[in-house]
This record gives sequence, C-alpha cells and structure tokens, in this order.
Amino acid sequence: MISAHSAPEFKNSVVRWIDRRLPIFTMLHGEYIVYPVPKNLNYFWSFGGMAMVVLVVVVLSGIMLAMQYAANTDLAFDGVERIMRDLNYGWLLRYVHMNGASMFFIAVYIHIFRALYYGSYKNPRELIWILGVVILVLMMATAFMGYVLPWGQMSYWGATVITNLFSALPVIGEPIVTWLWGGFSVDNPTLNRFFALHYLMPFVIFAVVLLHVAAMHQSGSNNPTGVEVKSQEDTITFHPYMTAKDSFGLMVFLFVFAFFVFIAPNYMGHPDNYIPANPLSTPAHIVPEWYFLPFYAILRAVDFQFLWLVPAKLGGVLLMFSSLLVLAMLPWFDTSKVRSCRYRPIYRWFVLLFVVDVVILGYVGGKPAEEAYIVIAKLATLYYFTHFLMITPLVGWIEQPRKLPNSISESVLKSV
Amino acid sequence: MDDNANHDGNDDGVIRRDFLAYTAVGMGAIGVGSFLWPMVDSMNPARDVLALASTEIDLSAVAEGQSITVKWRGKPVFVRHRTAEEIAVAESVDLGDLPDPEADSTRVQNAQWLVLVGICTHLGCVPIGQKDADAKGDYDGWFCPCHGSHYDTSGRIRRGPAPRNLEVPPYQFVSDTLIKVG
Ligand code: HEM
Ligand code: FES
Repeated sequence: MISAHSAPEFKNSVVRWIDRRLPIFTMLHGEYIVYPVPKNLNYFWSFGGMAMVVLVVVVLSGIMLAMQYAANTDLAFDGVERIMRDLNYGWLLRYVHMNGASMFFIAVYIHIFRALYYGSYKNPRELIWILGVVILVLMMATAFMGYVLPWGQMSYWGATVITNLFSALPVIGEPIVTWLWGGFSVDNPTLNRFFALHYLMPFVIFAVVLLHVAAMHQSGSNNPTGVEVKSQEDTITFHPYMTAKDSFGLMVFLFVFAFFVFIAPNYMGHPDNYIPANPLSTPAHIVPEWYFLPFYAILRAVDFQFLWLVPAKLGGVLLMFSSLLVLAMLPWFDTSKVRSCRYRPIYRWFVLLFVVDVVILGYVGGKPAEEAYIVIAKLATLYYFTHFLMITPLVGWIEQPRKLPNSISESVLKSV
Repeated sequence: MDDNANHDGNDDGVIRRDFLAYTAVGMGAIGVGSFLWPMVDSMNPARDVLALASTEIDLSAVAEGQSITVKWRGKPVFVRHRTAEEIAVAESVDLGDLPDPEADSTRVQNAQWLVLVGICTHLGCVPIGQKDADAKGDYDGWFCPCHGSHYDTSGRIRRGPAPRNLEVPPYQFVSDTLIKVG
C-alpha cells in the first residue's frame, strides 16, 4: 500500500541493531503504526482485532488446561471436574476457554456480517474473504474437537453424529469413518487424536490469520462507503487513531466476555455435557454448540431422496458443505459494481433478511426434528441458497445504486 | 521438445534428461508415499481394537415383548423377543413400500428373536424403543430422536433420513437360550 513511509530511525540501539539484520521493527512500524486506514471506519471494523485477542486468550487458557488434562476415556470426564473443583483457578481457565470459544465465534460472525454489508469481499479483496472462510472452517473443526474432550454426553454424541457425516460418501464412506475413529465407534483412540488435533489446529488458524492480514495490508481496508482511498486526505494512521478506537471496542467486548465467564458461564453450553459419556444411550435431544446450529439445521433439512440420485443422508451432508462453499464464492455471485450497502437501496434489505434467515436456521437447528420446525428449516435452507445463487446476482443487475461520493473525505465532510 | 532438441544439439540427450527427471520425481513420490501411508494407516483400528472378543447373550430372562441392550464392540446390540403380532406385522409388509427392501425372514434366524446393532444408520445415534415407556415411532419398532428416523418391528427403516435398515450383526444360537454375537 502507501507504506512509502521511510524506515523510522529507532532510538533504542538494540532495536536498531536487530532491525538492520532482521527488519521486523520496520515491518511492525509500517503495518501497525503508520499504516494508513480510511478515516471513516466504524466500530464494525474493530471485530477483527477482537477476534485476534480472543484467539490468543483461548490458546493461552487451552495450553494451561492441557497441562492438567488427560485424553483417556476413563479419565477425561473426572479430570475436567477435577480442573473445576481442585485445581487453583481451574474453573477460571476452563470457563475462559469455553466461553472464549463462543466469544470467538461471536466476534467472527459480526466480522463476517460487516464484510457482507459493506461489500468487503469484492474485488480486489476476494482472497481475503476466502481466507476468512477458511478460518471459519478451521475454527469449526477446532471447536468441534475441543467440545469432545470433556467426554460428556454431548461430547460423545456430537462426535458420533458429526464423524458419521462422512459415512454418507459412497463406497469410501465407511472406511473413512472407521479410520477417523480408529475403531468401530467413537472411543479412546478417537479422543486421543482429537486432543492432538485440537492442540494443533489453533496454530494453523494463526498461520491463516497471518495470510488473511497480509492480504488485507496489500489492498488496504475497505470502509463504510466502499469507495477506495483516493488520497492521503482520506486516511489516518493506524496509531494512535485506530489503536485507541479498537481498544475501546475491545474493552466493551471483554466486559461481555467477563459477564459470561463470571455470571453465566454455562449459559451458552448444554447441561447434558455434565453427564459422563454413555455409548449405550443417546440423550433425547442432542444439539451441537450454538455456533453450529444454522449449519446443523441445513444438514437436517434434507430428509428426502433427491432426484433418485442422492440419498437423504448424502444430500444433507453435501448441502451443509455447500453452504460454506457458496459463502466462499460470494464475490463471484455479486454482480454489483457498488460495494457498500449504504448505496445499495435494495440489496441492503436482502443482506439483513439473510441475517434473519440465518438466525431462523439457528433457532430451528436447536429444536427437535418435529413438524413445523422441519418445514421452517427447509424453507430457510432454500432461502439461504436462493440468497447467494439468485437474489445476489439479480439484485446486482436490477438495482439502481445511489450516487457514490467522490471520495471518503467528501462523504465525511458532507455528513457533518 | 523440438526447442529443447535444438538447444541441446541432439534428441537423444533430451530424452535421457527427461527420463532422469521423471525417475527422480517418481522415486521422490514413492519415498514420500511410503512414509505417508504408514502415518495414515496408523490411524486405522489397531490390532488390539480389532481383536475385540465376541459377546454371549443369555436370552432366558427376556420375556415375550421385552427387549435388552448388550454392548458389543463398544456398540449397543438390541435383542427383542417379538410377540406373534409383531412378527406378523413385520412379515406382511409389502417390500415395495420399503426404502431398503429386505424380507423379515432374511433378518432373523428365529422369528421370535430379533437381533440388531442398535445404531441408527443415519448418523449413529442409538434409537429409543427398548423400554416399555419409550416412544417406538410410527411403525412400533424404534424411533431415532436425533433427526427423526422410524424403524419397524423388523428394524427396517420406514421413514426419516436414515438410508438403511438397522444392521443385523453376525451371531449364532449356541443353544435355544444363548446367542453369541461376533
Ligand atoms: C481456536 C482456538 C480454540 C478453540 C475455538 C477451542 C475450543 C474448545 C472448546 C469448545 C472446548 C470444550 C470446552 C468445554 O466444554 O469444556 C475446548 C476444550 C479444551 N481445549 Fe480448546 N480451543 C482452542 C484452542 C486450544 C488450545 C491451543 C489448546 C492447547 C492445548 C486447547 C486445549 C483444550 C483442552 C485441554 C480442553 C479440554 C478441557 C475442557 O474441556 O475444558 N484448546 N476447547
Ligand atoms: S442419527 Fe438417527 S435420525 Fe439421524
């Protein structure tokens, strides 16, 4: 970008010595101090940083938990209870970790909404967007495997249902599931490998986040007008302006986090996970963690054979994975030349409607597979795909966008 | 190819070089593969897991109309002592009505005793219907609450997302009141 700022002259001689041999300080200075950001960013732009902070918090608490945890079906459940009752601050570590996972998803979902509404996924930021969807998928895998570790009823049956998804694949399905389990059901080998992978994956997430941010620093941040930065007048330096704004946003976010940890630590969890895993009895109503519910609803929505070709089970699985795929492909479905919904009088309502649709999916995903919910899930699933595959391209063609401001500065000054 | 040939002055040399490159890459691929496969295969069931013993089930205490659940290979096995009525219903179904057509007679060795792996063929939950008080679904067999699959009195899928009938495990009658599963 406009990192034409010359390398700073560092006062500290050690820093100077290192920087001459390995210019990390110059890089940090360029990317996080003088890095120019559009001057009209609103608080929606703070959620990426928040997600980054929770990621660090969750990883740190996770490493401390791993020092106490034993990945063995005979020990895991009681071991986690021991963490809760006997370990110094064990309850805090675990509640921070559990709720940290939820807060991570909250931050990321809002972050994604921001991109949807302001068109941040569009040229030239498609790759940032795709890397973002990759992060989302990795987060889901990580959180799913983490949830298995305390070896409660939801852990066990969640793991059973989700690994069984792969059995839907023709021919190779069954061998793959046996391979994933390392046996003939979810059992000790499964718990062991899930722990190993649960430890590994957050670091893969870090790596992809790094690429995501690097790609973003290449094109620069989008902004609420969706109009590209035209001159230096449109920007402010990251520090102290954005650092101050982000810190305030982060503080509010951490308050919410603290509320859950200290006041309602199990609110976002499920009580059945405090019952030890029992392979002979499935709880009457199993549900995944809240952040999976919309996808779970899509999975369950297919209870019919599709065109004599795709049996229901495979159909549900394919549709669930497709829901992430169409999300990743969004930049190519959106035909509009205008980025921000501020200037898209029709599409903005559809983006909001899409959010409502996902919330409805999440709601029915948490309900038993009974009538009314099943029909709603089917309709909402249909709408989910219609939004990407039909509404988005069509509205892009039909819609008459509002007149765009000539520059970010102009829009800012006009609104004063 | 021609370009290269001119470059090197003779065709022969080019072919030999390509051959060297391909063999080198090929050997590399074999080397990587022969390290990858053991890693992948190590995640498959180990010998101790495969060597799980069979389970014997005593049927003498199971009255007509009752069911019991026994653990085999870490999974529940359902044994139901079917009533004459249940058997009649199971046998009279038109196979054309079944998503996974199988005659009741091929699913039992002795019509009174239905032996099944108690795992829903959809995504692996344990269906309910073993206890008297349980919901048994619309076909009086078992009901999987996870995503709503209904099984009949032969353990066959009738409605819902499950693709196949409940599996019949390998078993044999050791005596009239004792079966060995596995
Ligand atoms: C992307 C980052 C991560 C996410 C989203 C995540 C998510 C989760 C979740 C949802 C649970 C279940 C909590 C419960 O119900 O008890 C869990 C448990 C656990 N996680 Fe993580 N985790 C992350 C990173 C890590 C890391 C880096 C470690 C380090 C080894 C770790 C170690 C553990 C351990 C030992 C448990 C079991 C103890 C417990 O259940 O509280 N996690 N994780
Ligand atoms: S697992 Fe039984 S219906 Fe899905």
